[in-house]
Amino acid sequence: MKHDRTALLASETNLSRRHFLVASAAAGGGLMLSLSLPFGESEAAGETFTPNAFIRIDSDGQVVLTMPYVEMGQGTYTSIPMLIADELEVNLKQVKLEHAPANEKLYANPLLGVQATGNSNAMRGAWKPLREAGAAARAMLVAAAAKRWSVDANSCHAQDGEVVHAPSSKRLKYGELAADAAKLPVPTNVAVKAAGDFKLIGTPAKRLDISGKVNGSAMFGIDARPPGVKFATLAQSPTFGGRVKNVDDTAAKAVKGVRQIVRLDDAVAVVADHMGAAKKGLEALKIEWDDGEHGGLDTGEVARQLEEATLKPGVVAQTIGDADKAVAGAATKVEATYHMPFLAHATMEPMNCTAHFRKDECELWLGTQAIARVQAFAAKAAGLPVEKVIVHNHLLGGGFGRRLEADIAVRAVEIAKQVDGPVKVVWTREEDIQHDLYRPYWFDRISAGLDQAGKLVAWHRRFAGSSVIARWLPPGFKDGLDPDSTEGAIDLVYGIPNFHVEYTRVEPPGIPTGFWRSVGPSHNVFVVESFIDELAAAAKEDPVAFRRAMLDKNPRAKAVLDLVAEKSGWGTPLPKGRGRGVSLQFAFGSWQAQVAEVEVSPKDGSVRVHRVTCAMDCGTVVNPNTVQAQLQSGIMFGTTAALYGEITLKNGRVEQTNFDTYQILRINEAPTVDVHLVASSEPPGGMGETGTSAVVPAIANAVFAATGKRLRKMPVDSNVLKQGA
Amino acid sequence: MAFTININGQMHQVDVDGDTPLLWVLRDVLGMTGTKFGCGAALCGACTVHIDGVATRSCITSVDSLDKSVVTTIEAIGATPAGAKIQKAWLDQEVPQCGYCQSGQIMSASALLASNAHPSDSDIDDAMSGNICRCGTYVRIREAIKLASNA
Repeated sequence: MKHDRTALLASETNLSRRHFLVASAAAGGGLMLSLSLPFGESEAAGETFTPNAFIRIDSDGQVVLTMPYVEMGQGTYTSIPMLIADELEVNLKQVKLEHAPANEKLYANPLLGVQATGNSNAMRGAWKPLREAGAAARAMLVAAAAKRWSVDANSCHAQDGEVVHAPSSKRLKYGELAADAAKLPVPTNVAVKAAGDFKLIGTPAKRLDISGKVNGSAMFGIDARPPGVKFATLAQSPTFGGRVKNVDDTAAKAVKGVRQIVRLDDAVAVVADHMGAAKKGLEALKIEWDDGEHGGLDTGEVARQLEEATLKPGVVAQTIGDADKAVAGAATKVEATYHMPFLAHATMEPMNCTAHFRKDECELWLGTQAIARVQAFAAKAAGLPVEKVIVHNHLLGGGFGRRLEADIAVRAVEIAKQVDGPVKVVWTREEDIQHDLYRPYWFDRISAGLDQAGKLVAWHRRFAGSSVIARWLPPGFKDGLDPDSTEGAIDLVYGIPNFHVEYTRVEPPGIPTGFWRSVGPSHNVFVVESFIDELAAAAKEDPVAFRRAMLDKNPRAKAVLDLVAEKSGWGTPLPKGRGRGVSLQFAFGSWQAQVAEVEVSPKDGSVRVHRVTCAMDCGTVVNPNTVQAQLQSGIMFGTTAALYGEITLKNGRVEQTNFDTYQILRINEAPTVDVHLVASSEPPGGMGETGTSAVVPAIANAVFAATGKRLRKMPVDSNVLKQGA
Repeated sequence: MAFTININGQMHQVDVDGDTPLLWVLRDVLGMTGTKFGCGAALCGACTVHIDGVATRSCITSVDSLDKSVVTTIEAIGATPAGAKIQKAWLDQEVPQCGYCQSGQIMSASALLASNAHPSDSDIDDAMSGNICRCGTYVRIREAIKLASNA
């Protein structure tokens, strides 16, 4: 079996591995993460069993699992091994993990068609194929043992890394069978376990990636240190599409430790012995910029363009009945418009990439959600064939969609082409926030009709905004629509007899947009659940009861709504100034309902989110620990967006710079979070992003309950919530 | 100019400008990458180290301000009683997600526990609100500090 060059060890990954060895020894566990351990010598000796791209069993019995999805905090390095190990009949302590190299053929996400981790679909994509991979390997090991013993394979079974022949009590370890199993054909159509037979799936498992995260030994992209590495930071054009006009680098070059100034068309980088000197050098640069065509842009103009687009028909995403006619003839008509702002990702690990450009190849070190995309884009920037670009992936210090992009790798290659030896390019936080690919700005125009009994009979919605898919995965944008922009906007959980939704793609001038945790639903769930709440108020109905009455055909949605109402104490009295808001969503293949309890200060209009209750039906729960953690996490992420999240432009420049102007929720502001999971044996749904999209409307609806004021524009504007405002 | 710094009980000589932040001396000059860069402006706490036992943001601490101070980093915090308790509680509660901010969180929490064996919720808020976690592990950070304080 031939392996991609990217799997080979570089000196830096030796370091990584040593770190993990240290880490696992400290934790007393048998497991270690080896970041790019080579497919070893035992393979050359023909003793290694590699039934597929995910499993390798060496003759010493070591089970190595290659992870096609990247670990960015979501726990995939524990839950994906659980799928394989359950079928393979090994325990998690027996497995070692590797990052998959760039190889779209072997490691593409079946749901995306590309090698990427995002859209909360790793578990959905892996559920069948990776259990089958484990089952096929197990069947081959059992067959090898049966052959060795000359017994019927059906009289043998696998357990704890061994094959056992119960009638004779014979047993052989997987390592002893690896060479024989490797000679057998890979079976097709191997049955996987029924839910009742799971040993690992569904049982809380300790995370396999965290021992190094408590002692500083975990290796993120920013920690890569190839020998001789220099350190660079950069200033990119403050306007989108601007250019460098002139650079005076006299003072910068005089800074101790500064080695080189690299000038690009639209950026200037300072290369130094350490980042301290690079930053000091950057501050000493005098750069004149040509602002380009977007130098006069501000956010109000973007919003105006989107608003205007919704005055004309868009592309029909879904239509049921005759919404126009039904709205016109309704007993009560309700209308609203909504704005969702641009948002930055602000991963805690700022954007960075280390690159070593050599005459005929280029080597990169970073943490990426999309390694094959990075490889392809870097190859283009380097002017090299794809196979000449070696990418070392690392743990990600936050992804949230930001690390689905290859811009940082392209920048690093552009700079590395002018530098002798490896160079680590690290963006300052200010560059990170001001040169993001932003969650799109969206504008919504919506109207609905209630009949005389207060029942929702018609829904008409038009929205405009950027299509990230159209840029990132062009074949996914067809006939004016893409599945992300409309997720959560169509196929609602509610039965509405006349229903019509239109979308118009409008790209903001010059402003790059990207996937942001909870993607399309981050917008659509806010609009739908806010407006449903407005309709409940117009119908003078309780928000939970109003929703519940439309869920007759959707028992799983009804179940999570009932569960969240019960667990949150819905309807019980609250102190003055407090309110509860509910939201319900089907997104990423999972059903979720939330109730947020907020308090609004009459004095300054500030909003405190005290408690969030969440009921989740994500089908089979693979690792309950991870699901709990991800829902807590998603809720905090969404609470940050609801309370603070907004990127604005003035004179073509992003106004926010660092965590003082782009605030992130802190521990003293964090709500308590109660998560309740619905037991299910349905296939797993996604969950990593779901908490984010569901909490934003729950908070806005809670603010309405507390104050009677509707928030149709995010984030919360305290000025309108002040008493007397 | 050359400075001698006591880091985790070892003396290190570095030749950098005196205004160089300790963060970059640790990460880039000495290769101790456990201490993280997050904001460069003492806004996020990812770079927290202990200077003479006090939780300090290394991104705004110039190397010439250290003098004879003792610097402790995440790489050595496990050797202190409070640090060891915090690390164990972090593993028991499975606090880390992406993990990038956790070096700083653990340094802040260890300093808290070393000076206050049984912190209240409000003590935890005061000591930890300078540390941002973008993954939002706050619920578990609070639980883990309480677990460690009862250990």
